[in-house]
Amino acid sequence: MTDLLNAVLVIILVMNLFALGTSRINAVIRTVAIQGILLGIIPLLIHKHLTIPVAIMIIVAVVIKGTVIPTIMIRALRDAQIKREVEPLIGFLPSIILGAMATAFALLIAGQLPLASQHYGTLLVPTSIATVFVGFILLVTRYKAISQVIGYLVLENGIFIFSMLLVEAMPLIVEMGVMLDLFVGIFVTCIIINHINQAFSSMDTRHLVSLKE
Amino acid sequence: MAFIMILFPLMMAAIALAFPSNRLRPWLLPLTAVIYSATTVFVLMRPELMVTAKWLILDPPGRIVLLVVSTLFLFCSFYTVGYLQYRKERSNRVFCACLLGFLGIMSIVVWSHHLGLMWVAIEATTLVTAPLIYFNRTQRSIEATWKYLMVGSVGIALALLGTFFLAYSSLQAGLESTLTFEDVLQNAPLLSKPWLHAAFILLLVGYGTKMGLAPMHTWKPEVYGEVPGVVGAIFAGGVTSCAFLAILRIYQICLAAGEYAYVSRLLLFMGLFSMIVAGLFMVNQRDFKRMLAYSSVEHMGILVLGLGIGGPALFGTLLHIVTNGLTKGVLFLSSGNIHRAYDSKSTDVVRGAMRRLPLSGTLFLAGFLAITGSPPFGPFISEFAILNGAFATGRFVTAGLFLALLLLVFIGMGATVLTVVQGRSPANANNTPYRDGFLTAAPVVILMVMVLLIGLYIPAPLVTMLKDAVSFLEGRL
Repeated sequence: MTDLLNAVLVIILVMNLFALGTSRINAVIRTVAIQGILLGIIPLLIHKHLTIPVAIMIIVAVVIKGTVIPTIMIRALRDAQIKREVEPLIGFLPSIILGAMATAFALLIAGQLPLASQHYGTLLVPTSIATVFVGFILLVTRYKAISQVIGYLVLENGIFIFSMLLVEAMPLIVEMGVMLDLFVGIFVTCIIINHINQAFSSMDTRHLVSLKE
Repeated sequence: MAFIMILFPLMMAAIALAFPSNRLRPWLLPLTAVIYSATTVFVLMRPELMVTAKWLILDPPGRIVLLVVSTLFLFCSFYTVGYLQYRKERSNRVFCACLLGFLGIMSIVVWSHHLGLMWVAIEATTLVTAPLIYFNRTQRSIEATWKYLMVGSVGIALALLGTFFLAYSSLQAGLESTLTFEDVLQNAPLLSKPWLHAAFILLLVGYGTKMGLAPMHTWKPEVYGEVPGVVGAIFAGGVTSCAFLAILRIYQICLAAGEYAYVSRLLLFMGLFSMIVAGLFMVNQRDFKRMLAYSSVEHMGILVLGLGIGGPALFGTLLHIVTNGLTKGVLFLSSGNIHRAYDSKSTDVVRGAMRRLPLSGTLFLAGFLAITGSPPFGPFISEFAILNGAFATGRFVTAGLFLALLLLVFIGMGATVLTVVQGRSPANANNTPYRDGFLTAAPVVILMVMVLLIGLYIPAPLVTMLKDAVSFLEGRL
């Protein structure tokens, strides 16, 4: 079981690097969507007995992360008529290298934190921290508003991985609240992106500089 | 009881969305606020109503935040009716609904005794307040909304990770993983230290972003500069107080875990750093609304500084939630009036506000004196109590820095405020028909009177509430 779990987590780490190295925004959105679906599978690999709350959580997470949010974002992308993230703050290859370094750093940090006995040997904690880091890198180094939202989603995926360790602490209703917040957040953000696009004729956040000291 | 306080404003928000008349819709706000405040007073007088479920308990610190926010909201609601009369050209449907929605979600924050639920509610306040920033539909307000959403969401996401770390700290210690506040508090001494430390940092950074502590304050000047005055008041007195309540929760857990030394260092650092940043940016600030934003950064700094000093300073810190919230109401509402009368917020043209708007100008000046800690106003008492606490615990360097920074802020803020209120309007100032009306001035006057009264005499029930909250935080209740 642990081997299969770790294999899935490694795929997630590879997808992080792919998201860092691709300029086609459409492809990045799809990557993050598949990542979201993979995350939905993880509880199946951790828990031997599937309880009803866990099953509901998996279904909702897969539906929201895997289909609803990507659909909203691809629509926003189409309305804005852009396809690529051109010239990010740091290039795509350096981004990948930075992402790989962040992953190594995450492994280092995770090594410092003691694990509960039932989680020995899994890569859950380092994968979670590494994915959060990659989300940060995307957020900071991309200029297109929608790419920054993707960064936020990757960050959120990282946090979601961590939540796999503690299904008992988060009752279903709270878990649903988190998902609802995520969904509404992305929805509101995409509306604002649409307005940015209309008001500035561009989705480039470098135009958002009128408010400065 | 919790369900009434949560669902009633949300229901009113839904009614506001469906309400057809743009002219009458704003009156739903005072209607809701009056009933809500009456409910608040009713609940505060009856301890048996304060426990609804294991997750929904109104504890002493929660009571203080509830009292401040519902008072502030009450006066802001009347002001909003007056304000929206000047903005008839624009639909206020979303604006009213979001304000009411905020009230309902704020109730979840103060009642929640489950840290996961609390996170959900605080994130929801971010989302429900975002459309308020966007009310003016200008390029600048879009920019402010974007920065608020991005910085706020990322910050609050870190707080979620911190919340999970906290839950894991009990799992790793061999306990059942839980986020119910009582259970975490009870198990606090047993929690796994490395995870608890990491959780505290993430939660401080996460909720600190929401409060606007430096260096995560970058959204604040942008947002406060662009929003209508009443939204600024709700942000500076309401949203930030809710985020501070979240920090109080994790602070209490760390105290119970015997980690005072660890958290105190971080809190003192964050508090002083916020005050330094605020002080530096306030000097020569020509935009008086951005100046207020930095003043808010400063006072959030004072709040966490007070927590960092701990012990004898806690009473002052909790009192400061009250005095800061109410005074921020005075400042933002009066500055909103001045902004409208001049159609500008730059001190290049906004001068002589005392002549053009005698009432708002005076209130703005009085609010400035109050917030910078001049006697005999409320914030003087709370800031003095924090300073006393610093001396009592032997933190002379902290106390000295605190005093020096208060002075820096007084000078920096004073220069801008005096430019605004004194002298005559320059020839190039815009002429607008706006003059103080009853609805846009009276609520501010009453708030100012309350700030003054707290400075002269703190009512006995409030003292009891504050003392209860201090004992609660220190685990003696």
